[in-house]
Amino acid sequence: MERILFYSIAIIVIVFALASVASRKMLRSVIYLLFVLCGIAGLYFMIDYNFLAAIQLTVYAGGIVVLIIFSVLLVHHIELELEIAKFPKQIATGLLCLSGLGVFLYTLYSYDFHVIENNMTTTTQSIGEKLLSYEAGGFILPFEVVSVLLLAVMIGAIVLAKGKQKSKTN
Amino acid sequence: MRVSLGITTNIHNWLFSTMNVTMASLVEMVLIALIYLTVFAVLGLFLVLLERRVAAWFQLRIGPNRVGFQGLLQTMADALKLVSKELTGTTRADMFLYNLAPYFVIISALMALAVIPFSYEFQAFDINIGVFFLIAVSSVGVIGILLAGWSSNNKFAMIGAMRSGVQTISYELSIGLSLLTMILLTGSLQLSEIVEVQKNGWLIVQGHIPAVIAFMIYMIAGTAETNRAPFDMVEAESELGAGFHTEYSGMKFAYFFLAEFINMFLIAAIATTIFFGGWLSPFGITESLPWLGIFWFLLKTFVLVFLMMWFRWTFPRLRVDQLLTLEWKYLLPINLVNIVLMALLVWSDLTIKF
Repeated sequence: MERILFYSIAIIVIVFALASVASRKMLRSVIYLLFVLCGIAGLYFMIDYNFLAAIQLTVYAGGIVVLIIFSVLLVHHIELELEIAKFPKQIATGLLCLSGLGVFLYTLYSYDFHVIENNMTTTTQSIGEKLLSYEAGGFILPFEVVSVLLLAVMIGAIVLAKGKQKSKTN
Repeated sequence: MRVSLGITTNIHNWLFSTMNVTMASLVEMVLIALIYLTVFAVLGLFLVLLERRVAAWFQLRIGPNRVGFQGLLQTMADALKLVSKELTGTTRADMFLYNLAPYFVIISALMALAVIPFSYEFQAFDINIGVFFLIAVSSVGVIGILLAGWSSNNKFAMIGAMRSGVQTISYELSIGLSLLTMILLTGSLQLSEIVEVQKNGWLIVQGHIPAVIAFMIYMIAGTAETNRAPFDMVEAESELGAGFHTEYSGMKFAYFFLAEFINMFLIAAIATTIFFGGWLSPFGITESLPWLGIFWFLLKTFVLVFLMMWFRWTFPRLRVDQLLTLEWKYLLPINLVNIVLMALLVWSDLTIKF
């Protein structure tokens, strides 16, 4: 049962990833990308990692894809199609992708994976405690650094959005 | 599915005794899906009828009362009409996305229903991140609306979809934060556990002042999230025709329509579970009769649904800038202060418990 589920999700992810790259209509490839991200969320659900799955859905499907759709809606007309790249470019991209895949597969097959016998779901509580603990193995420093970075980005966005008006009034 | 009602346990046992485990669980999943689909399709129809009767009542009319007893079959007849209608489309529309869009909306609405506990242990999917899952799934629905507006190749539909996108994304924040305020009280995201906590008094009583503020914010944001009046900029009839679903007809239009009403039910159901004790009876008066849980749950939910309908016929429609001002300049700061207030309350143990 799990095997069937895994392979069907994997096939969905691979097919839609290819479709997303190959489609010539911009919004369609965004939607294919959405299916890929949902498929990955499905994989997380399958290994009982519910929190990460929900994060995947909220952040990627609900957040990033919606933002991409917004920007596509603003710049793209329904009749436009992306142009096809020149043949040498296609070859070069294909070779690069193949070498990337090769490195990836080599690492996967050369590493000795151990099956961990644990069916425990990671609870939100333990994630939260780990995130805020300052003892060994805690993640308080990266957490704070990321929050400062986000704050800086937010201020930057506001400054960029307001910039022109300010110079006019002054 | 953890079910305590005798009949479902019997079916479960019978299924597992007649076939092997894989087949039985597959059949069970299909059965549950079919039951949910049927029940909520019919429920959606009756919510439409309820909306029309309530609207008529507020406007001193009678409303639909001819088809069946008190018009009970009116929306059934409407649905049959919609099924038999021709599916039209615009020229040069992106047909793939145009056909896909309604399913996004309806599937995200139905997926969220799976985690709602309707009665004692009567819940399709009791996941340990329940509330978070609800927020995650409901954030996907807006993609369907955006796609519908864009792929119709119609200016009005497009404007409606953009407005809807802006509105849903903004108000989702308020929904998430107001639910987070209540999570501070329960200490768990699992919906069955949240109901369990409320055996010492409903959360709106336990958390008194901040909980009431959170509930008000939740209802405002919930009404906006379902794109209902006074926040129905998306389909403002006088400006945009019918908004993002202008170009849809027949069953595809019905999907959008049904999804809107299921979403309304969902917002009310979440409010019932988080604020009003879910299927628990007031003061535990029917504690010895657990099968009455479904009755209490539906009663509370329909009171809240009625409240949302009341909003619709009471308040005038907001402008886009007013809508965004309300969210970003009022609801969001109030919400953030409210979370701190609730945290202080829980920290100094000022909650009311029976």
